[in-house]
Amino acid sequence: MAHTDTPQGVPQSVPALLARNVAQFGSKPAYREKELGIWQNWTWAEAAEEIDAIAYGLLALGVNRGDHVAVIGRNRPALYWSMVAAQKVGAVPVPLYQDAVAEEMAYVLEHCFARFVICGDQEQVDKVLEVQGRVPQIEHIIYQDPRGLRKYDHSKLHALTDVQAEGRAARDRFAGELKAREGELDFDSTCVMLYTSGTTGKPKGVVLSNRNIIMTSKASSEFDHLDPHDEVLAYLPMAWVGDFIFSIGQAMWTGFCVNCPESADTTLADLREIGPTYYFAPPRVFETLLTSVMIRMEDAGPIKRRLFHYFLEHAKVVGPKLLDGKSVGGMDKLKYQLGNLLMIGPLKNALGLTRIRVGYTAGEAIGPEIFDFYRALGINLKQLYGQTEASVFITQQPDNEVRPDTVGVPSPGVELRIDDTGEVYYRSPGVFVEYYKNPESTASTKDPEGWVATGDAGFIEPDTGHLRIIDRAKDVGKMADGSLFAPKYVENKLKFFPNILEAVVFGNGRDYCTAFINIDLTAVGNWAERNNIAYASYQELAGHPRVLATIQGHVEEVNRSVAGDEMLSGCQVHRFLVLHKELDADDGELTRTRKVRRRIIEEKFHDLIDALYSGKTSQYTETEVTYEDGRKGKISATLEIRDAATVDVGAPAKVAAE
Amino acid sequence: MLDSTEEGYVTADGRQIGGVVMEMRNITLRFGGVVAIKDISFDIREGEIRAIIGPNGAGKSSMLNVISGFYNPQEGEVIYRGSKRPQMRPFQVARQGIARTFQNIALFEGMTVLDNVMTGRLNHMKASLLDQAFWWGKAQREEVANRQKAEEIIDFLEIQHIRKTPVGRLPYGLKKRVELARALVSEPSILLLDEPMAGMNVEEKEDMSRFILDVNDEYGTTIVLIEHDMGVVMDLSDRVVVMDYGKKIGDGTPTEVRSNQEVIDAYLGVAHD
Repeated sequence: MAHTDTPQGVPQSVPALLARNVAQFGSKPAYREKELGIWQNWTWAEAAEEIDAIAYGLLALGVNRGDHVAVIGRNRPALYWSMVAAQKVGAVPVPLYQDAVAEEMAYVLEHCFARFVICGDQEQVDKVLEVQGRVPQIEHIIYQDPRGLRKYDHSKLHALTDVQAEGRAARDRFAGELKAREGELDFDSTCVMLYTSGTTGKPKGVVLSNRNIIMTSKASSEFDHLDPHDEVLAYLPMAWVGDFIFSIGQAMWTGFCVNCPESADTTLADLREIGPTYYFAPPRVFETLLTSVMIRMEDAGPIKRRLFHYFLEHAKVVGPKLLDGKSVGGMDKLKYQLGNLLMIGPLKNALGLTRIRVGYTAGEAIGPEIFDFYRALGINLKQLYGQTEASVFITQQPDNEVRPDTVGVPSPGVELRIDDTGEVYYRSPGVFVEYYKNPESTASTKDPEGWVATGDAGFIEPDTGHLRIIDRAKDVGKMADGSLFAPKYVENKLKFFPNILEAVVFGNGRDYCTAFINIDLTAVGNWAERNNIAYASYQELAGHPRVLATIQGHVEEVNRSVAGDEMLSGCQVHRFLVLHKELDADDGELTRTRKVRRRIIEEKFHDLIDALYSGKTSQYTETEVTYEDGRKGKISATLEIRDAATVDVGAPAKVAAE
Repeated sequence: MLDSTEEGYVTADGRQIGGVVMEMRNITLRFGGVVAIKDISFDIREGEIRAIIGPNGAGKSSMLNVISGFYNPQEGEVIYRGSKRPQMRPFQVARQGIARTFQNIALFEGMTVLDNVMTGRLNHMKASLLDQAFWWGKAQREEVANRQKAEEIIDFLEIQHIRKTPVGRLPYGLKKRVELARALVSEPSILLLDEPMAGMNVEEKEDMSRFILDVNDEYGTTIVLIEHDMGVVMDLSDRVVVMDYGKKIGDGTPTEVRSNQEVIDAYLGVAHD
C-alpha cells in the first residue's frame, strides 16, 4: 500500500471532525433545510445532538460494529445525520440511489447484507418492503417522513423521530458503549461504502476509509481555500461520491453549511435563495440552465434581447480575462461594469449564482460555448476529473488556468501515469480500500503499488501539465480502414447543440460512422411553438421533417469540425436517425448518472443499427419501455434514416467547407 | 348489501368506517319541468370514500350541488350529523365543514398558488376588518397560523415548486391539485370532488388517486367523489352510488355494483354473448 502514514493533528474519523466542529464553531449554522416554506437552521451543536440521538437509537435497536446501514432518500439533513450516526456506532453507511427501481435496490441490499435501512419516505419504504423476500436479513426499516405510512405494520418499521426519542431516553444506558465504539474509529476504519453506478455489469461496492475521505477533503479544501463561511446546496444524489465529499467530507473538514432544498422541483428557486459560494453541477445542469436562459431571452422584448446580446458578446471577450486577472483596457472594463449593472448582475442573481467563488463541473465533457458563457458572467467555473475509486479528485483546474478542453492538473497528493495504450493511471491518499466482497475486481483495478486504472484514455499536455481525456479506453476502437474511432469525441460535439440532448455514435470495425440522436424536448419544443408546429408527443416531434432537417444541419456542422482533426477525421457521421424515445435509466439505456450504456443500446436497437448500415431510408421498430412505477409497455415507430454530407478527408478541409 | 350497522363497517383493506355523517332522504330536484334527481336516498359515513357514478346527464353533479348547498331540492331532506339541514347558502354549508372542488376548475387565475390556497382559510379568519387592514394583533397571529396550515397542505400535495406561480400559468393537472389544496386547507370533515381526474393522463391520475387516498388516511376526511374513470372509482371507493336519468339504480361496494345487472345494462353497456 502506498499511503498508510497518519498525519499528526488531523482528526481520525468523521465523528471526530464533528466533535472538533462543535468545539470550534458550535453556534454556527451547519445544516439548513427549507420546510413549510421557511429555511430551518441547525447549528453544529444542534446537529451533533440530533446525530447523538440517532446513534443512541441505533444502539437501542441493536446495530453492531461493522453492520451496513443503507440510507435511501433525497438530500435531507436527517439522512446526512443518520450516516454520521451510523459511523459513530461503528457501522458503515451505504447510501443508495433513491431513483433506483426495487430490483436494483435488492441487489445492493443483498450484496452489502444490510440489517438496517433508513428511508426518506413512503416511496422508498415501499420499495424495500417489495424486495424483502429477497433480502430477509433486513431487521429494521426506519423512515423520516411519516406520510402515508400510518397504517403500515410497525413491527419492523420505525419513525426516525421515534428512534431518536428512544435514543434520548436511553442516553445514560448507552453513553459508555457509544464512547467506546467512537473511540475505536481510526484512519483505516471504513468511512462509507458507495456503489458505483455500473456502466458495465453489476454495481460494485467501493469501500472508502476515513483516510480516503478526510485526506481528500483536506487537500481539496485547501486547494480552493474553502472556509467555514462557505455555503453549498446539497441536491445531487446522496449515493454519489461527489455529494459525500462535498456535503460530508469537505463540510466536516472546513465546517461550512450544507443547505438542503425543499424538494427536487424547487432546487432552482432554493439555489437562488441560498446563493451558494461553492457549487458543483454536472454539465447537464449548466446546459439546461443556459438553454432555459436562451429560450427566455428569445421570448423577451426586443430592447431586453438586444441589451442581452450586446453585453454578452462583450462579456465573452472581457469576462474570462478579468476572472484570470489579466489586464483589460479601461474602456472595456467600464463597459463590462455597465453590462454587469444592467444585464449580467441581474441575470446572475436570477440564476442564484451571484455569490459563487468556486464552481465545478465534471462527469462529462462540457461544451466550450457553455463554459465560456458562465465564465463570461464572471463565474469561476472550473473542471475536475475524478471517480468514486479516487474519493473524487484526480485532477482539477487551478484558478486562472481554466480551459474547456482539459481537466486540469493533478490534485494535491495525486500522482498520474499514462501507460502505453494511453490509459490514465493514478495513485493518491484517496485511493479506495477495496471493492466489497470482490477481490478479483479489486486486484484488476488496483495494483499492489496502489496505482488505479481509470479506464479512460488521455494524455498530459507537455507544456501546461494539464490532463486531456479523449474517451473511455475500452470505447476507443478502430474503424475498418484502421483509423482511430473515438465515439465520445463526436457525441460531445453533437451534444453541444442545444437541440441535441443525447447522441450515440457507432462505427467500431465498420466502414463509416453512424449515429442515434435524442432531441432536447425543451429546446426543440420551444422552437416548434414559435414556428407554429403542432405536436402531440415526443415521438411525433422527433420525427418531424423540419426537426430532422435541423438535426441534419447540426450533424454536418460536426462533420466539418471533426474533419479538421487529423487523428479523428474518420469519425464523421455518414448516416443518422432521431430516436423515437428518450434514452432512459429506467430502461437500462443510461446509468443513474446518465452515462450512455453502449452495449445495451447496441443490443436493444440492433435492428436500427442494421438499417443504418444497410442503406435503407426508413425502418419500423418496436421498443419496450418501463414506466416510472415499474410497469412495462411497448412503443413502435417508423424512423426515417438520413444521409449527412461529409468532408472528404483527402481534400483540404478549407476547400470542402466552401 | 354491506353490513351497515349504526357503528359502521370495516372495509376490505381493514379501515374502520364510522357512523352516518350525512343522509340524503328522498331527494327530488327539478329545474322547471326537468327532473334532474328523482327520489334518491343514500348515506355517507364517517371516513369513507363514497363515489357517485353514472352516464352523462345522470344527475351526478346536481347531486353534489345538493350536498354542497348550491341547489336546494324541492322534495326530501338532507340530514347532517343527526339533524335536518335547513335551506342554506353554500358559504353556510362550507362553514359546517364541507369543502369542494369543481369539474371546471374555479381558481383565481391571476393569483399565486399560495394566495389561492390561503383563500381556503377564509372560514378560519375571525379578525376584524380594522385589524386586518392594519395587520395588527389578532390578524397577524391568524395569518401566521393560516400560512402554517397552507404550507402543510402545500407540502402534503407536493406543490412547493409552484408556490409563487400564478395559477393561470399552470398546466391542467397541477391546477386540479391546487384546487384540492384549497379545499383541504379549510380542514373539511367532508370533501366533495367533482371529477377530480377529468382530462388527466395516466400518470396524473395515479398521482391524484394517491393524494385522495393519503388525504383520507392522514386526515380521516370523508370523501365524496364523482368520477368517470371506472378503474379509478372501483379502486378508490369503499361504496358506490350509481345514478341513471336522475334515479338511483345501484348502491354498494364496487364488487356489488359491478355485478348488479341493472348497472351493467345502464352504465357499462349491455353485455353481449
